[in-house]
Amino acid sequence: MKVAEVVEKLGLEVYSGSNGLDREIRGGYTSDLLSDVMGHADSGDVWVTLQTHKNVIAIASLKELSAIVLVKNYKPETDTIAQSNEEGIPILGTSKETFEITGLLYKLING
Amino acid sequence: MNYYQADMHIHTVLSPCGDLSMSPINIVDCAERIGLKVIGITDHNSTLHGPVTRKLAEKRGIMVVFGAEVTTKEEVHCLCLFPEENQRVQFQNFLENNLSEIKNDPDLFGHQVVVDENEEILDEIEPLLISALKVSIDEVEQKVHQIGGLFIPAHIDRPKYSLTSQLGFIPKDLKYDALEISRSTSIEKALNDYSYIKKLRFIKSSDAHNIDQIGTANTQLKMESVCWNEVRMAILGIEGREVIVS
Repeated sequence: MKVAEVVEKLGLEVYSGSNGLDREIRGGYTSDLLSDVMGHADSGDVWVTLQTHKNVIAIASLKELSAIVLVKNYKPETDTIAQSNEEGIPILGTSKETFEITGLLYKLING
Repeated sequence: MNYYQADMHIHTVLSPCGDLSMSPINIVDCAERIGLKVIGITDHNSTLHGPVTRKLAEKRGIMVVFGAEVTTKEEVHCLCLFPEENQRVQFQNFLENNLSEIKNDPDLFGHQVVVDENEEILDEIEPLLISALKVSIDEVEQKVHQIGGLFIPAHIDRPKYSLTSQLGFIPKDLKYDALEISRSTSIEKALNDYSYIKKLRFIKSSDAHNIDQIGTANTQLKMESVCWNEVRMAILGIEGREVIVS
């Protein structure tokens, strides 16, 4: 499933990295510890987090993640947006809490 | 140059996790007993025990550096150190303006008390000091440097509340003055683990929460004399001054 399709179906905001909306999502990972994501997320995952620091993009790039979803209306920092645009990894946003958006993503991707 | 024993990261009874024995007078007594010449008083998100500890320590020829161990929005612990009272007050205001609204539950987390030099309780702090501030690590760094302090990410080797656990790796443009490693690791391991970073400058501190832990990181400052400017140069590793981590 393409990132753009998930954006549309779940009504997500696109904060940055819109040049990466055609990336393919194959699974998901939910965590706020970047060290954990670095160790355990899989390539093609969409990553749900509340962390907004620009290291998020570096790790998404390293792990070849498809997109990042920020929960509870968290907004990326300015330099995080710049990195996201540069790498072409979309940062998406939702007003929903982590549990809820993770559940919705799970259903959509595996459903 | 001379060598002075130092421990830049000590909690007091004000930190909810700080042992009840960690009163300013007990810390100073211990520092004197084990020969520390410079100590940092760094409670979680508070600088309030700095002045009373300095007053007690001055009489024993021990320098107290004001500071706090800040929890940033990302839940990264960072030591923030300051020389003078006016800087401490500026930073204390910044902390109080950015604390979360979560209240401490002493049964769960421990008491957060401010005491005087005779261990009389003056105040009990209501907001939970171990929760995260509302500001990012970059905002904390900028504030510390704007005031004229030193910014040192704490215990970066630890798997909890550290720069590396929370943010995965050391951001290459983070403007830290040094990096702190915990007493349970070695400088050799740190140099190897973080070799991807250009600016490798370490301090090692005890992060003492009880009396027995004070000074256990066994760190020395190589400098001319004991004053803030010398301590600052040692931490920055400039003009022949340095932090000797064993």
